Amino acid sequence: MSTFEPTLLARIGKPDCQLLETYQRDGGYEGFKKALGMAPVDVVNLVKDSGLRGRGGAGFPTGLKWTFLPKDHSGPIYLAINADESEPATFNNRILMEMDPHQVLEGIAISCYAIKSQKAYIYLRYEYGRSYRALKKAIEECYAAGLFGKNIHGSGFDLDVVLHRGAAAYICGEETGLIESLEGKRAWPRIKPPFPAIEGLFRKPTIVNNIETMACVKQILDRGADWFKSMGVPPDPKNPRDAGSYGPKLYCISGHVNKPGCVELPMGVTVRELIDEHGGGVWKGRKAKAVVPGGISMGFLSADELDLPLDFNGPGKAGCLGLGTAAITVIDDQTSMVDVLFNCARFFAHESCGQCTPCREGTAWMHKILTRIRLGEGQLRDLDLLNEVASSMGIIPGTTICGLSDGAAWPIKNAIKKFRSEFEEYIQTGRKSVKPSEALMVAH
Amino acid sequence: MPTVIVNNKPIEIGASEKLNCIQAAERAGDQIPSYCWHHDLSVVASCRMCLVEVGDKKPDGTIVMQPKLLPGCQTPVKDGTVIISNSEKVLAAQKGTLEFLLLNHPLDCPVCDQAGECGLQDFSYKYGRGYSRLQEPKNIKPDKDHIGDQITLFTDRCIMCTRCVRFTREISGTAELQVISRGTHEEIDIFPGDPCNNKLAGNVVDLCPVGALCSKDFLYKQRVWWLKSKNSVCPGCSTGCSITVDQNEDVLYRLKPRENPAAQGSFMCDEGRFGWKYVQSDRRLTSPIARSKGETIAQDWESVLASLETAVKATATQKTGQFAVVISPWATVEEAYLLAKFARKANPNAKLALGNVRVDGEDDLYPKDVHGKPALPTKFTIRAEKCPNRQGVEAVLSHFAGGVVAFLTILDQIQKGEVDSLYVLGGDPEGWIRDEDLATLDKLKLLVVQDLLASPASAKAQFVLPGSAWAEKEGTFINHKGLAQAIHRGLRGPEGSRPDGRILFELLGRGGLFHAASLRQEIAKEIPALAAIGAGDLGEHGVLLSSAKTEVGSSPVVMA
Repeated sequence: MSTFEPTLLARIGKPDCQLLETYQRDGGYEGFKKALGMAPVDVVNLVKDSGLRGRGGAGFPTGLKWTFLPKDHSGPIYLAINADESEPATFNNRILMEMDPHQVLEGIAISCYAIKSQKAYIYLRYEYGRSYRALKKAIEECYAAGLFGKNIHGSGFDLDVVLHRGAAAYICGEETGLIESLEGKRAWPRIKPPFPAIEGLFRKPTIVNNIETMACVKQILDRGADWFKSMGVPPDPKNPRDAGSYGPKLYCISGHVNKPGCVELPMGVTVRELIDEHGGGVWKGRKAKAVVPGGISMGFLSADELDLPLDFNGPGKAGCLGLGTAAITVIDDQTSMVDVLFNCARFFAHESCGQCTPCREGTAWMHKILTRIRLGEGQLRDLDLLNEVASSMGIIPGTTICGLSDGAAWPIKNAIKKFRSEFEEYIQTGRKSVKPSEALMVAH
Repeated sequence: MPTVIVNNKPIEIGASEKLNCIQAAERAGDQIPSYCWHHDLSVVASCRMCLVEVGDKKPDGTIVMQPKLLPGCQTPVKDGTVIISNSEKVLAAQKGTLEFLLLNHPLDCPVCDQAGECGLQDFSYKYGRGYSRLQEPKNIKPDKDHIGDQITLFTDRCIMCTRCVRFTREISGTAELQVISRGTHEEIDIFPGDPCNNKLAGNVVDLCPVGALCSKDFLYKQRVWWLKSKNSVCPGCSTGCSITVDQNEDVLYRLKPRENPAAQGSFMCDEGRFGWKYVQSDRRLTSPIARSKGETIAQDWESVLASLETAVKATATQKTGQFAVVISPWATVEEAYLLAKFARKANPNAKLALGNVRVDGEDDLYPKDVHGKPALPTKFTIRAEKCPNRQGVEAVLSHFAGGVVAFLTILDQIQKGEVDSLYVLGGDPEGWIRDEDLATLDKLKLLVVQDLLASPASAKAQFVLPGSAWAEKEGTFINHKGLAQAIHRGLRGPEGSRPDGRILFELLGRGGLFHAASLRQEIAKEIPALAAIGAGDLGEHGVLLSSAKTEVGSSPVVMA
């Protein structure tokens, strides 16, 4: 692994790395030029061959997604870029957008060419002010340099890129919620079918891709599908539905580590390696009690599951939902899992869009139960109740319109299963995480 | 024919029918519970109550079920679709969803208007659990009395099915209602200062599956289980919305739309919904009167009717002047027929005319666009012609008189002295004569007024016959497109009044009782244009006349 050279993050930290001038000096927009010389279908096939899977969380093969667009559609076709990076502890897109926006924009330009879209919308989460300014400046530079606009490089290909700032809600990261929000409506995810590739933004075929996916597309054009496939984890022969996890991935490390941050590594690195070699180990000389493998909706890995590889299938083997955003959060052994879980539940209760009954009521109910447990008023049967509520909310495969409900239910079920004794001890010893003076505030 | 298998029962559906699982199951006699779905609104599939197991029966007979539960409202059926709505898995999902719905729902059924006709009560009884596992306080949300002039919102009862929101966006197009906040704190609300006062607003109360949206007019007036319902037709305009009349102890409490695809669809307008108050007005005529030279000479039905008959018969032998009968478009087909018969029997030269057809502006089409202009396709029309049965009365008049004479023509003839005796069958609560024409009536030697409400005209009449409102009688109304619908007697009129049909029946000297269905058979035989009503029973949805105009939304022709 020591021979691994970062590509996605290669330019980060160089002087003026956000500028078009330095980007082009480093060979920027050559991939786009190359793509313009190819037939769009060849670009799609190249991405398909690379085995690139979406970096947003679900890991759907990007090239395959592009082929779902209706053939010979008269247009318009839209590309919506999901830059609503709202999964807690995830910040890989932010680094790309802030420090190397042109890499992202080039990926967008290539993808638009591949799917014959002439308009891309970047849906940026509101909180990312620096990303907004960086992307805005980069887009202006591209228009000025003739990289966006009409008849780019004389190829006859037109492209407009619109930067849209969201109004900050977790649900806007769900692809149809994002589309609704882009249309100016309440971000209530749509019922599927029809899927966005058939009927998406403004009722036109739309592809929704993640920022990091776009950066990968650019690298694939530059270096080829074989380069991309040369790293990562091949498909599990025992699992026919596994498409393999290839390419470099940006891992975010946060929580109780000495050196939190974002690192680029080939797919399939283990959690322990991430913590010890790249995160500087658990802080204060403590041990890890649990690790969130990729955003809190994925569940928890316990201390003895840390040798699991972080590819698209790895966390699933330990009962987690999946890789998610590959943002690990380390929880040290001095931390109460009740408090951790309460934080999760509070987050989801706050972010549930409120459309489907199970999610709207279930998230809030779990939050209430965990609040009560933290006030020292829990009973053992509350753990079974939490489990049952979580089961009614999200039986995989889910029973709600989008995945938020499953994502909210999963960490609850997962934590109670893996750390049940700790929960029981907490309740039986009458512990409280809330000071009596705070109790009234919390309860109401 | 495509066959769908619902809980092992095969049922056939029409080849071109587009049904979802809920509708297909209904055909098979199985109810799939649902809240957010309504056949006239878009599908949101958000309440998650209608989750069912869905599969496909392959041509070789094998059945492949989908691994996850699907919302029945969102899942269309086709040939070979298998629906299971009673398995353990489905029942567990329904139980789970109901527990969530009831979690923050207040247990105020004893004071809730919806109790007795509440979707939450019904399904809880059927699918839910008997107790709540919530130990924490429920969410409390503020009641919103300001949400509309006619509607009020008990916010904490709301289950966020968003039917009301979709109604104002898709049917009325006025979009007053919206969802505010997020997650469990969500509430239905209006934009401040822009209440839900569109002319279809009352429908959101009917659409609300729980007691969140209530009608201010009906609020706390009556427990719904005391109400008796009769099918009827709204007389407010020529659309002829199918409705039910809900009464208890002869007090009318509310009208509700009754679904009828042949008439108006599922809804009704507020003009009709709240426009029935005159039925219980103090101005109702409650005693028959015979007057001579301004003095009341009789007030009992027997002598009033007897002297009326004599007076009308006397017009036949007069040398000058003429006897005219004016039948209001508020009268039923049967009444028009009986009155025409009586008039011609008493005086073979009697003129027959159509009463005043009240037209108010132009047809009001819904949904509206953002500028308040009608948008296509039209989903609801409040018609400018504010009477229920112009077509029916015209059909009778055309048969007996060979054409339709307008009331204004008769007034003109009274002015000229060509008509000196007049029998008016009224019914329009806003009156059948303009104030400036009242003086014309003074020229008459004989004026008979059979009407609902006391008016300056009834004060001048020699004979006053207190008739009944549409809710108090049976008969037939024919709407703008020729749909003949039966109205039924929902309640008794005030003491002293009589159903108009009965009055005319007695005037004609017929034996037996007034019975609308038998009369329809008689009318159909005699009047070819009305042959379609010959079955007597018009069913729930009415019968379309063969000469029916199919155009919808055309302006009524004003007969002047």
